[in-house]
Amino acid sequence: MYFIVLLVILLIIIFWIAAMYNGLVRLRNQVKNAWSQIDVQLKRRHDLIPNLVETAKGYMKHERETLDSITKARSQAVEASGVADQAKAEGELNNALSRFMLVVENYPDLKASQNFLALQEELSSTENKVGFARQFYNDQVQAFNIKIESVPSNIIAGLFNFKQAEFFEIETPAERDVPKVQF
Amino acid sequence: MWEVIRRNKIKSVWLIILMALTLSFLGGAIGFYIFSDNPQEGISLGVLVAMIVWVVMLLISFSSGDRILLATAGAREIKHDDAPQLYNIVEEMKIASGLAKMPRVFIVDASVPNAFAVGIKTDKAAIAVTTGLLARLNRDELQGVIAHEIGHIANRDTYFMTLAGVTVGAVIILADLFMRGMFYSSLGGRRSSRDSGQMQLVILVVSIITAILAPILTQLLYYASSRQREYLADASAARFTRYPEGLASALEKIAANQSEKFSKSRTLAPMYIVNPLAATGKQHNLFSTHPPTEERVRILRGMTSSSSLIAYEKAYRQLHADQGIIGAASLKSSDEQGIRQAETPVQDVKKGMREAKDILQRVAGYGLLTCPCGLKMKIPKETDHNNIKCPRCGKIHEIPLEFLSASAMALSQNPAKHL
Repeated sequence: MYFIVLLVILLIIIFWIAAMYNGLVRLRNQVKNAWSQIDVQLKRRHDLIPNLVETAKGYMKHERETLDSITKARSQAVEASGVADQAKAEGELNNALSRFMLVVENYPDLKASQNFLALQEELSSTENKVGFARQFYNDQVQAFNIKIESVPSNIIAGLFNFKQAEFFEIETPAERDVPKVQF
Repeated sequence: MWEVIRRNKIKSVWLIILMALTLSFLGGAIGFYIFSDNPQEGISLGVLVAMIVWVVMLLISFSSGDRILLATAGAREIKHDDAPQLYNIVEEMKIASGLAKMPRVFIVDASVPNAFAVGIKTDKAAIAVTTGLLARLNRDELQGVIAHEIGHIANRDTYFMTLAGVTVGAVIILADLFMRGMFYSSLGGRRSSRDSGQMQLVILVVSIITAILAPILTQLLYYASSRQREYLADASAARFTRYPEGLASALEKIAANQSEKFSKSRTLAPMYIVNPLAATGKQHNLFSTHPPTEERVRILRGMTSSSSLIAYEKAYRQLHADQGIIGAASLKSSDEQGIRQAETPVQDVKKGMREAKDILQRVAGYGLLTCPCGLKMKIPKETDHNNIKCPRCGKIHEIPLEFLSASAMALSQNPAKHL
């Protein structure tokens, strides 16, 4: 009799652990999927930039430096790997692009060209998509990390070596350029 | 988010069970009345018939409900190149919501601004917007509306409200048929005069009361749940866009531009399902069976520091004497979701209307060419000419390759061969 009761309790515990483990795996996969979404959009953004530079070249002869800095930032972003590195490289690229957008204001012909307008919508929408994918990714990371930290799933997480996922934060030019006011 | 969706799912399952029980009770009561000589068999037959009606209606609406709705609305599908901005916005919101698959995007030629979502599965969903909506809203506002519709899809509203709508429809049909039948049979004199005792009278009264109450009860359940889901979709929209003001100002514009004509022609408003045809699917129209717009706007504008579901719940509670609505208060996730800045300028409605019409032209297969003098020329599909003269300024334009017919394309690419 005791034996059966013990067995039942043991089985319940095993199932409970399995369910918790599966839950953690599910969350980890969601984080992975969310990251691949960001990756897709970043690639798309990297693909759009050469087109943009090509289109702009025809109109702006005297802005070699700005255009070169975009190309350079892009190739760094393409080569970056890992969440933190990627975020840093994308931040640089953002800076280069926003400098470029400021310069564009001086070239009304470029601003009015259909090709450029279409590229601009694509680029800004892709930037939005990166932003939304990042937002979704960070939500997933948060859910995963909360699960890993909280009792009792933290025991299972420790046992099977689940590691906290990294948040993806791109430094936006606006945040960087705002001068710090000191009193 | 997932917790809220899951809790909603459980609630919805109960709702459907309750509705189905009402339906079978109604079927039973009708059977009981018609076959009062043999009540037991009468009841089971009645329940059986009610269930068959229900299942048949469900099958129709689940297999082709969304197609019927889109066709009734005259919606035409667009691809990325037809309306890049609209398509991009839908894709943005798809990403923000974490939906696995991109919903199809449709456009409806109507000057009244509105939008709806259909599709009982999240991976086979569709979103339709009117040209009037595209014309009047700027990018941020359009994003808010699309986020609301994506919210309906992500929260499975399109699925559960179809199910609930069909059930309400079945109850109404059965009750209606029964009452009509009673009316005519009472004209024809009393049936079975065998035991016209008290028992008969009780049965009669019980069945009539059921036939009157069942439709009211199911409709009340349906409307309440529909309104609750609107709040949740609004909250989701704020969360997806991180910009509650976008949806708030879109709602104001939409409400200000509703016209009598459009609402009358809305045979496709199954929110109001009273007839079976309309119950064969589910659409989410921003303005039917919805909470009052002013209230929705006020809640969205009450979210001053965060765009999370919790912030929405708080803003709702401020307006409703601390009554909750979407059950987000107990969420474990953090409340820190900032609100972003406005991005797009005020929308020029006239220009917007022209652009929306251009989209329709493109969907219909016309190419559009803009002359530097400002004139837009419509180029028919598969034209054989490879250049066109601007009727205003006389400039001659080459027609882009993609508008040419196959033979003209071959000619223009390889002229030497054919000379």
